[in-house]
Amino acid sequence: MKFSEQWLREWVSPALSTEELAHQITMAGLEVDAIDPVAEMFSGVVVAQILSVEQHPTADKLRICQVSSGNDTVQVVCGAANARVGLKVPFAQVGAELPGNLRIARAKLRGVESHGMLCAEQELGLSEVSDGLMELAPDAPLGADLRSYLGLNDRVIEISVTPNRADCLGIAGIAREVGLLNKLAVNTPAIASAPVTTTTIFSVGVPAGECCPRYVGRVIEGVDVSRPSPVWLQERLRRCGLRSIDAVVDVTNFLLLELGQPMHAFDLGKLRGGIEVRLAAPGESIELLDGQNIALRPDTLVIADHEGPLAIAGIMGGKQSAVTASTRDIFLEAAFFAPNPLAGKARSYGLHTDSSHRFERGVDFRLQVEAMERATQMLVDIVGGEVGPIHEVVSNEHLPVRSDVTLRAARIEKVLGFAMAASEVERILFGLGLVVTATKDGWICSVPSWRFDIAIEADLLEELARVYGYNRLPVTRIRADLVIPARPEAELSLRYLRRHLSARGYREAITYSFVNPELQKVFDPEQAPVTLRNPMSTDMSVMRTSLLPGLVSAVLHNTNRQQPRVRLFETGLRFVPGSSGLRQVSTLAMVCTGQRYAESWSVLADGTDFFDLKGDLESLLVLTRQSADFAFEVCSRPAFHPGQSARLTRKGQMVGYIGTLHPTVGGDLGLDSPLYLCEIDLAVLLEGTIPACKDLSRFPEVRRDIAVVVDKSVLAAKLMEDVRGAAGTYLTDLRLFDVYTGKGIDPKRKSLALGLTFRDQSRTLSDQDVNLAVGQVIDLLEKNYNAELRN
Amino acid sequence: MENLEALANEARVAIAAAEDSATLERLRVDYLGKKGHITSLLKGLADLSAEVRPSVGALINTVKQELQDLMGVRKIALDATSVSRKLEQETIDVTLPGRGQSTGGMHPVTRTIERMEDFFSAIGFEVIEGPEIEDDYHNFEALNIPAHHPARAMHDTFYVDDHTVLRTHTSPVQVRVMESQKPPLRIICPGRVYRCDSDLTHSPMFHQVEGLLIDEHSSFADLKGLIEDFLHAFFERELAVRFRPSYFPFTEPSAEVDIQCGNCAGQGCRVCSQTGWIEVMGCGMVHPKVFEFSGIDTEKFSGFAFGMGVERLAMLRYGVNDLRLFFDNDLRFLEQF
Repeated sequence: MKFSEQWLREWVSPALSTEELAHQITMAGLEVDAIDPVAEMFSGVVVAQILSVEQHPTADKLRICQVSSGNDTVQVVCGAANARVGLKVPFAQVGAELPGNLRIARAKLRGVESHGMLCAEQELGLSEVSDGLMELAPDAPLGADLRSYLGLNDRVIEISVTPNRADCLGIAGIAREVGLLNKLAVNTPAIASAPVTTTTIFSVGVPAGECCPRYVGRVIEGVDVSRPSPVWLQERLRRCGLRSIDAVVDVTNFLLLELGQPMHAFDLGKLRGGIEVRLAAPGESIELLDGQNIALRPDTLVIADHEGPLAIAGIMGGKQSAVTASTRDIFLEAAFFAPNPLAGKARSYGLHTDSSHRFERGVDFRLQVEAMERATQMLVDIVGGEVGPIHEVVSNEHLPVRSDVTLRAARIEKVLGFAMAASEVERILFGLGLVVTATKDGWICSVPSWRFDIAIEADLLEELARVYGYNRLPVTRIRADLVIPARPEAELSLRYLRRHLSARGYREAITYSFVNPELQKVFDPEQAPVTLRNPMSTDMSVMRTSLLPGLVSAVLHNTNRQQPRVRLFETGLRFVPGSSGLRQVSTLAMVCTGQRYAESWSVLADGTDFFDLKGDLESLLVLTRQSADFAFEVCSRPAFHPGQSARLTRKGQMVGYIGTLHPTVGGDLGLDSPLYLCEIDLAVLLEGTIPACKDLSRFPEVRRDIAVVVDKSVLAAKLMEDVRGAAGTYLTDLRLFDVYTGKGIDPKRKSLALGLTFRDQSRTLSDQDVNLAVGQVIDLLEKNYNAELRN
Repeated sequence: MENLEALANEARVAIAAAEDSATLERLRVDYLGKKGHITSLLKGLADLSAEVRPSVGALINTVKQELQDLMGVRKIALDATSVSRKLEQETIDVTLPGRGQSTGGMHPVTRTIERMEDFFSAIGFEVIEGPEIEDDYHNFEALNIPAHHPARAMHDTFYVDDHTVLRTHTSPVQVRVMESQKPPLRIICPGRVYRCDSDLTHSPMFHQVEGLLIDEHSSFADLKGLIEDFLHAFFERELAVRFRPSYFPFTEPSAEVDIQCGNCAGQGCRVCSQTGWIEVMGCGMVHPKVFEFSGIDTEKFSGFAFGMGVERLAMLRYGVNDLRLFFDNDLRFLEQF
């Protein structure tokens, strides 16, 4: 909310600078977002009156005015259409400085002397746009400095009011806070009842009493809406961020800003029958003040007459019944709409108004008659009219209940950490408008009608802390029993994995959890993703079912910026809907592309390949100490190279996959080099075992190497598994140390060289032992793999 | 015997002149080997009379011993030279860069979260994570934010359907912990959160670390102490911290925490919007309604909660001036951490 410092200071004016005041209310919970001067700097502008207006001899649009600023009369050439005899206007004298470094000098306009300039609001930096000269009040004192006449040495203070503090959405509420904080009385303006001069009433029925517990209406007849709002009123509104419309609307807005009571005025001549405050009937619609047509839902409270809706209650008035320049009689409304039924309604229609903002948060439900009286008095002063009696409809049973709240002194000490003096407690609560009764161990407090946020003891504790000052409250350190926490040794930590990958040259990336559905479809065409109802944009509209689309985009970001070599990993959730519900799976993904090593004198400039990534992935499996449980199996996957992809299983369950990006997909994305990718469920990497140590053999090991030629289609992993099975129990290690194709080998075949290491725990193995084992291996290879032994 | 002396002289010169161990070995064979000159002389002793044999034998042996010693000394000298020559040949430029895989690193958000976890773990807080697609109950209702509450407008929620959202904070994890564990509780919940907002200072995805402490004697004073200690530890400097009243539906009293702007030492600058202060986190005493939702006795227990934006703290700590850098994953950015 924006408010004028001057306005506040009419209510309560502590001896503080603007900055000090801003700091004080910020520290009391009304956070000041901005402090701005109400007008740009200008000087030399005074109140003047136009004495005569003549047409310029050679320019159609210019007029020659004789202008008096009290002591002397000068000639000014002016182009404004509203320049007329008798009008009082701001006059920038010769020598005046206006916003935008404009210095007023004597000038000749199409041959006619002009000694100064008559000003529009825009030229003084008082508004963004203006139409013609700024019209000052007829009683504006001639020659007075405009800045002091309009009180322009004022500042606009903008505060963020939290949703619980609707009571501070008006000058009155802010003044109450400032008064309490400074121990000053607040000068609440006396509100007298406007004299009632007619008996005219307009009937009001409130069938929806639970939504509108209080409705106050009044007829004012014979108003003259052509009379403008006085400048002071327009200025007040402007400083608080509202535009002047006409006197009637301005007065209702004034009350909104001053007391926090939204009001509305109807053109009585356009109302039929009587007012009904009811829920919208099916099929009803309304054209709002802002011109948009709204089809009303039956859960929406409307102000209607006997022909249909006139306004959406508490949100916005309708166009058809609005006050216009030709309005003669008005029906003025001040209501209390209950917060809960109204909550979310404006938003549901895409609306948010000053009125709905306040009603949703809670308007003082005892304020309506008072606001009506004040508005009436102001209106009569400005636009005249005959005042009818106040017509009030109340559903007492639906007015908010203010239950007394008990406050225990012991609780203050427990929650705030110190015992606040009873006198201080009482001063604060009283200052907030609570009626406080001391009891044996605390207080019983009755809560004022403007506070919708005080219902339990904790609410009072907050008020005490806030007003006393958070920063004056004590500071202590937490105390707790020291307990050694469980730290299961078999569990690996994500931290450890991150450091491991980092040591292997990977950088951690963090990509958005929502991705482009098209890109995701490339990687995961079968899986329907979770779709956001209100995404930021289409390319962030589905939740990732895989971390790869995001990582691939991150790779592209870098390769498009001349990074020749990218190794990234990411951990996070992927979101997989399924028949048994949504699974949010903690996942690790890695990608690499470009050179294997950073360019250096000491390494070959080789491109990285599948086995680099696989080696990195295997190194993680080793950390679990259960790598034997894992297996890589040939598979085909969308977006992957058909001959270079594998699924990773653990005890037969698929837990991840690895492969090369399909060259066509890579090309489409704009990747020049092959990209290698893998993804694995993180859970399987975090499950390790506790070491169980075996005795070391005192006997020597024996190593035998064999090379066999087998068909190219033979899978090394299967062959080695079979070799392990055939080699017997003495085999302690099996290495595949060479794979060869080419010269000397049938082009359909390949040579595999195996190193077998044997050892026994209890004796030195004889040649015979080892020969037997190797013989079994060779037999197996010849029989099952059609292998030829190489020499 | 002139013969012996001449032979010895010749050998002495040859040994001194030997330039490598092969030459020296050949000299050893020539003079001291089985058929060597000195050996031959010794063999010739048998032809001498018994009277002269001992003295001649002693002379020859003296020479033999001398030559052996000279060869030994020369060998040591030659070996030393050859080692040093070899070492010289093996000299490398030790200033050349080493070989091997480059070192990667962790994302600054992770780095920051881990530091936070370390501070809180050290005083007995457990780190707990939870789902990111969350139901309305845990994200809002159980945190005292009923449907249509104006506070919901503060959250700019991403919706999946009427009852399912992307969590707007990590507080729902706290709710889940309160549902399943009995106090006393000390937890922190790091993780991704989502808000439908994107500009220079807002990202639709960011990270929070939220903390919760519940026991029988926790107070607002404890909360202040913990937060101040944490901020001093995190920034590794003494800095002014202030608590400003605010509003969160799930805490009461609620506070925003500001630290003195490090850029201008509190004088006011562009970074702190001329206020001298920078908002870093929110906190407060757990609202009794939140306890009631989780069945915790509000008379027996009290507690406090706090939550901070990880990116915001990382930006202040590492001088990152553009929020978007965190999610571009540009290596030039990542490599700085």
